[in-house]
Amino acid sequence: MGKSKRKVPGINASSTADISFILLIFFLVVTSMNSNFGLPVMLPNPPEEKDLQDPPELHERNIMKVYVNMDNEIMVTPGKEAPERYKVEDLSQLRELAKEFIVANTPAGSMNDKYPEAKNKLDTVSYVNEAGVEFFYPAPHSNIVQNNKHVITLQTDRATKYEVYFKVQEALYGAYNDLRAEFAKDVYGDKVLTEDEQELCRRRFVNMISEAQPIEIGKRK
Amino acid sequence: MPELNTSSLPDLIFSILFFFMIVTSMREQEVKVQVELPRGTELTKLERKSAITNIYIGTPMNNKESQEAGIQLNDRQLSRREVNNLKAYIVEEKERLGNKAAKMKVALKIDNNIDMGLLSDVKMQLRKAYALQIVYSANEEKANR
Repeated sequence: MGKSKRKVPGINASSTADISFILLIFFLVVTSMNSNFGLPVMLPNPPEEKDLQDPPELHERNIMKVYVNMDNEIMVTPGKEAPERYKVEDLSQLRELAKEFIVANTPAGSMNDKYPEAKNKLDTVSYVNEAGVEFFYPAPHSNIVQNNKHVITLQTDRATKYEVYFKVQEALYGAYNDLRAEFAKDVYGDKVLTEDEQELCRRRFVNMISEAQPIEIGKRK
Repeated sequence: MPELNTSSLPDLIFSILFFFMIVTSMREQEVKVQVELPRGTELTKLERKSAITNIYIGTPMNNKESQEAGIQLNDRQLSRREVNNLKAYIVEEKERLGNKAAKMKVALKIDNNIDMGLLSDVKMQLRKAYALQIVYSANEEKANR
């Protein structure tokens, strides 16, 4: 009857694994990896500090203007010799128009072989036009931009809904992405691209979306 | 037949559990404005979570009757009229980031129904605070092609 003889019964721990499995699954479900997705945009420096640069000289046919008014209607002036403004009913149409415009204004071979090895990101600068409206524009000092003589300007009203603005931005981004994808397919076929090859596709069609400060046309009652 | 010794299995699972608890982030801040993000297909994934500052613009939850939009940066809330105070907060946030300040990205989580006027005011504040890298946050939508 000595104490040493009494055996402590072991706790059956075989279910601990199940319990911790349940905890694990609970955490997997509850915590979100919360991956952030979005459209990256670069803003210019504040207006009072801008070094007054001349706005890039572009021919009317190299500018595609997109307006969104206070009723969220989209108007486009595709850069043609005879510019005319017309209303775009849906975003896929805008996307196609943008693609057409970009292709027409990005000559083939403009930067296929000699692209700068530095992966500098595009800065954005701002300037003010005759009407006193401020524009954002990819910085003209970089040689990437100088090879791309076109721009897509986007202007909204102060009363435009953000959703529409976002969708328009996205359609324009999408146009560039589509063209890059097509270019990649032409050049590399179906293989998975290396980072350098991706960069080359990106430089083939450089994003030239300029943004104007929203204007206030009228107050809605 | 010798039985497989499973006594270390719980420890194993626990360590996986701890790993997940550390790696995944709980929502650090309480969101006080209601935001319905736009959906998009052409989105880029954001890396470097630590250098990302979130700004929410939407309807304040505590005051639903007023339709006035509210802005939230961390735990600070601003109304539309106080948008000019935003710059100071962003500068503060930038200082808090220390040597990561140059890589600071601002994720704008904006409700679909916000008007561009407010967004442009916010962007002006961001520019004045030299927080120039911004991202329009959105939910991913599967492209149907």
